[in-house]
Amino acid sequence: MIELLHQQVFLAQTMADVAAKVSPLGLLIAGLTIFALAVFVGFEIITKIPPTLHTPLMSGSNAISGITIVGAILASGAEETTMAAILGLAALIMATINVVGGFLVTNRMLAMFKKKRK
Amino acid sequence: MDPVLRTNLINLAYLAAAILFILGLKGMTHPRSAVRGNLLAALAMLVAIVATLASQQVLSYGMIVVGVAIGTVIGAILAVRVEMTAMPQLVAIFNGFGGGASVLVAGAELIKVSQMVPSVPPPVAMSVAVVLSGLIGTVTFWGSLVAYAKLQELKQFKKPMSLPAHQLINAGLAVLVIALGFWAVLDPPNVAAYWAICLIASILGVTLVIPIGGADMPVVIALLNSYSGLAAAATGFVIDNTVLIVAGSLVGASGLILTRIMCKAMNRSLVNVLFGVMDAGSGGGSDTDEIYEGRIKSAGADEVAMLFDTAERVIIVPGYGLAVAQAQHAVRELTDILEARGATVEFAIHPVAGRMPGHMNVLLAEAEISYDKLKEMDHINPSFAQTDVVLVIGANDVVNPLARTDPSSPIAGMPILNVDQAKTVVVIKRSLSPGFAGIPNPLFAADNCLMYFADGKQAIVDLNTAIKEL
Repeated sequence: MIELLHQQVFLAQTMADVAAKVSPLGLLIAGLTIFALAVFVGFEIITKIPPTLHTPLMSGSNAISGITIVGAILASGAEETTMAAILGLAALIMATINVVGGFLVTNRMLAMFKKKRK
Repeated sequence: MDPVLRTNLINLAYLAAAILFILGLKGMTHPRSAVRGNLLAALAMLVAIVATLASQQVLSYGMIVVGVAIGTVIGAILAVRVEMTAMPQLVAIFNGFGGGASVLVAGAELIKVSQMVPSVPPPVAMSVAVVLSGLIGTVTFWGSLVAYAKLQELKQFKKPMSLPAHQLINAGLAVLVIALGFWAVLDPPNVAAYWAICLIASILGVTLVIPIGGADMPVVIALLNSYSGLAAAATGFVIDNTVLIVAGSLVGASGLILTRIMCKAMNRSLVNVLFGVMDAGSGGGSDTDEIYEGRIKSAGADEVAMLFDTAERVIIVPGYGLAVAQAQHAVRELTDILEARGATVEFAIHPVAGRMPGHMNVLLAEAEISYDKLKEMDHINPSFAQTDVVLVIGANDVVNPLARTDPSSPIAGMPILNVDQAKTVVVIKRSLSPGFAGIPNPLFAADNCLMYFADGKQAIVDLNTAIKEL
């Protein structure tokens, strides 16, 4: 029992240490760096996509924007049924529709492009 | 497991997901690798989800299982059942769900922070991100629902609607949202301000999209697509999650590029599409009767079939009318018949043909017309002069020569398909009614143009029979 307590105190300390090292501003700058670089990568790749694939690109990228599902899982996985968890559940349903539907329909369309006659 | 190690592993998994997303999009650069690209992106999503499930913030799985199960069933049914012609609506509604999810996640996080004991005010950056998630996500959600209603041609939404002093109302709502945003940022955590922002943004989402007409929908959908990505990225800043930021910004960039391409293809600025009302019928001196009177030559299936008898080079120009008439399979048959007779057949696709970017390509792909027959505007325009027959199916403004000749026309300067340069042009259309721009089309009165008045699908079916009987 005491050992468990020790362990927990130790854990809390490690987490506090980690938190202290990353200031909110540091996190923001790291986030903005990632954001800017990803936008550039996006521009570079997307401009190379031929117009014939623009509809699947939209539905596919649409499915990717369902990445909010990650946040929805974190919100709805909280232990007690709070307001936050209920919002999380609603978010999770919407995001899952977006992700599952988006990838499926994109696959359906792209399979038609792949098909060659005779 | 050691919590630090666990967090590190989860972040590494997010990195892997981010790389897979990028590789997935890269696969989309060619039809051959596109299926694999989409699967890679789906795999990336799976990796991100599994990593998240392993997070120590997730304490119970009950709600998660319920949510994912409901979402999967609805999503799968929508995706499997949808007709290819209805793709723009489906993409619009999925977009809306993505935006809506971002709003709720940011809201949930804000509530969590506000309930923390002892209460610590969140950093300014988080408050700003929360406001942006709420604003962009809500506009995306409601804007997409309105776009869906318009594309589905629900009765109440069929016509573009304008309120009196519409732009003034929009501006007022925007000012209100900004003021609420400042309140939320200066007095955090502020749950009341957040929901107030979402409420006003809901109205704004509706009023922004409702006055926009059908043919401008490609721009609207592309823009909403971009917004749904930006909302996800903003939510990433709210919950400090890198994979949300990466994936969201990729989608944001993608939507913006498509928006720009669509605007360029109509020679209009984004501002003009969003806020300008197309000035119908103001084209200088282009009076409908004057242009059409006594010059329209109408033909039936048999006469048109005769034209194809000797044609060696044929170009088909599909428009939204082809989607409405579901004529894609009949067109495939026509292509087969003509090719069996030794003609070359190509398709000229205008970037804004249809109701979303690439709409025509998907329809023709559904009918198993090979993608290398589908030519882009710039590529095919020089070859119209050497073409025997051009068959225009349900397109109007994108083949209107007024864009080249009449600087006062509402479509002046819009790049068009130069079908009028072909030896003969056959236009399949129900009537002489104007297209979205609301102006007459002198092409229909040109000496080398025949009008074949009929429903798109029936016209092609009859034409196929007539050619076979030659």
